[in-house]
Amino acid sequence: MFKHLKQLTSLFAMIAVLFAFTTEAMAKKSKTLKNTQKKGFVRCGVSQGLPGFSNADASGNWTGIDVDVCRAVAAAVLGDANKVKFTPLSAKERFTALTSGEIDVLARNTTWTLSRDADIGLTFVGVNFYDGQGFMVRKSSGITSVDQFKNGISACTNIGTTTELNMRDFFNSRGISYEPVAFEKADEVVAAYDAGRCDTYTTDKSGLAAQRTKMKNPDEHIVLPETISKEPLGPVVRQGDAVWEDIVRWSLNTMIEAEEYGITSANADSMKTSDNPQIKRLVGAEGEMGAAFGLDNEWNLRIIKQVGNYGESYKRNIADTGILPDRGPNQLWTKGGILYVPPAR
Amino acid sequence: MNNKIKRILPQLLTILFVVLVFGFFTINAQVNMDNRGIDFGFGFLSQEASFDMQFTLLDYDGQDSYLWAYVVALLNTLLVSFLGIIFCTILGVIIGVARLSQNFLIKNSAAWYVEFFRNIPLLLQIFFWYYAALRALPLPENAQPWFGVTYMTIKGYYIPSMIWENLNVFMSCLIAAIVAIIFIRVYARKIQEKEGKQLPVLYISLALITILPLLSFLIGGVTLDFEMPVLKQLAQTSFIFEGGIALPPELIALVLALSLYTSTFVAECVRAGIQGISKGQKEAAASVGLTPNQILKLVIMPQALRIIIPPTTNQYLNLTKNSSLAAAIAYPDLVLVFAGTALMQTGKAIEIVGITMLTYLSISLAIAALMNWYNKRIEIKEK
Repeated sequence: MFKHLKQLTSLFAMIAVLFAFTTEAMAKKSKTLKNTQKKGFVRCGVSQGLPGFSNADASGNWTGIDVDVCRAVAAAVLGDANKVKFTPLSAKERFTALTSGEIDVLARNTTWTLSRDADIGLTFVGVNFYDGQGFMVRKSSGITSVDQFKNGISACTNIGTTTELNMRDFFNSRGISYEPVAFEKADEVVAAYDAGRCDTYTTDKSGLAAQRTKMKNPDEHIVLPETISKEPLGPVVRQGDAVWEDIVRWSLNTMIEAEEYGITSANADSMKTSDNPQIKRLVGAEGEMGAAFGLDNEWNLRIIKQVGNYGESYKRNIADTGILPDRGPNQLWTKGGILYVPPAR
Repeated sequence: MNNKIKRILPQLLTILFVVLVFGFFTINAQVNMDNRGIDFGFGFLSQEASFDMQFTLLDYDGQDSYLWAYVVALLNTLLVSFLGIIFCTILGVIIGVARLSQNFLIKNSAAWYVEFFRNIPLLLQIFFWYYAALRALPLPENAQPWFGVTYMTIKGYYIPSMIWENLNVFMSCLIAAIVAIIFIRVYARKIQEKEGKQLPVLYISLALITILPLLSFLIGGVTLDFEMPVLKQLAQTSFIFEGGIALPPELIALVLALSLYTSTFVAECVRAGIQGISKGQKEAAASVGLTPNQILKLVIMPQALRIIIPPTTNQYLNLTKNSSLAAAIAYPDLVLVFAGTALMQTGKAIEIVGITMLTYLSISLAIAALMNWYNKRIEIKEK
């Protein structure tokens, strides 16, 4: 009896040790990372066409700051920023596509909110654009402020967005009755507003600026100065894969921190011999910055070389395209903005 | 004994297989949802919906629950289906009969109509009406009145609304008239069966249904006022109509597309039904001295209906299910609001899609049950 007990205890101990090993090994090796490396491309969900954020040209090349997040992840884990498979998604489809495993990163101008983070099985990894909801109206209407909105105004927007909720809060708090007209696709919203179906078009201000470029006559429309909500837009991953979450988070952080330290796609290689240890860590010349993710040491260097830092991405996609030349809050904290990321060390 | 096993075993195996398949999918969903930290439950239905709807039949506000949002959206779906079924039936019967006309022009235009509308995908037709036809309408400030008091604009069709006083008196009169008509019909039938005398039921009915409600205006104290839509300026170049009833263009486009499309199929059912009655029936009826009207009403239609009803039921079911294409043009139906916005805001995909599927299933079964009942009623009762 006694003998048996001893054997039993050792068996339990062995199982316990084995279990501990397996859980630790599982924590180190991300399932999503493994699948991505096996497939050879990052599966990324983007918008159905929002200039500056994610937009495909005639030959199917995607550009935009959301697209660049996906490219950064691809550069980090696969070594090639072009190894991304983009899936255009409507606002309604995006979360289901992510939670069902159709995509692994969602970079689709998505607002970070408590309920989305906590309820739906998603994890937001950071913010790549600080935005706020605004209104667009026809210049000829003479409206210059939301204070001039009157009862009966019709507002076009997208369904399945925070916009729909903010709009209600806004009109309700002012006691204005309004007609919400909600479409599934952004293009349909723009077309409806442009045709005169609605008096105003409301979405994130960056979105308004970007969609304005698609209208028949962009100069006939203005974006009102008021901002009615906070819309921190950022990439999202599925809940339950902590390592993959970290990889996406730090791919974005690397781009922002690289700008802070003046590392660009052009000078990244030469920065390897810098005197500043922080810069050296960011280009993989010091420390073991990739091991924790199961990546090599130059993953961050590849991001900066192939995609560029955040400032380059912003300039290329948003400033130079005339969407929002002024960086506003999306400026580094050292230059008066609110972009501030934890140090990569 | 052996025979019994032979009979039961395959059935048991089938049941086992079905249970296993369902069990597998349930467990699979459960495991995956656990892994991703998604809870399953219907508690969200009592939470505040916090979004607004463009068009509702009952009072709805964002402060109401998701459950109420579901009910209101369901009513929008039922409204479209109801209007669609009414219009497609009227149109379908007219076109179906026109296809059998002796007149070359009528016959061929009806045939062209059917071939044209049934061979273009429904979604395209919805897009056509919404994006091409209704988008080309004038802005409210430029709209010319139709029939003097209604306005068709890009923002919707504005019609006067009715303001009743003592509506219940009027309604009671109307109901009384209908009950009286039913009694007279039953009585007239009895008289005809007993004495062979025919009462002018149609004229009596018409008189009753106009005179009784009219009397309610004269002595019952019922009044009816109309509230006219009035142009209101929102900003320098932005106008709407206020007052009256506003039918959103999304609703109009959807009902138009659904009824035009489905009416072609109904028309074919009607044509098949009438053509399915042999010529001899008509000739025999004529030979006993019935008038053409009586032949149609008493001989042809009762038999044709038996052929028409079952396939037409299918068309009604199709129309109801097709109404979910509303999501393509922003009409707030069940799919757009509940399986769209509500799903997005709560993330309860399995629950919401499940409820939506069950709802459509119930609507379809209800329509089928109703039509089966009607079909039973008009069956030839063999004596």
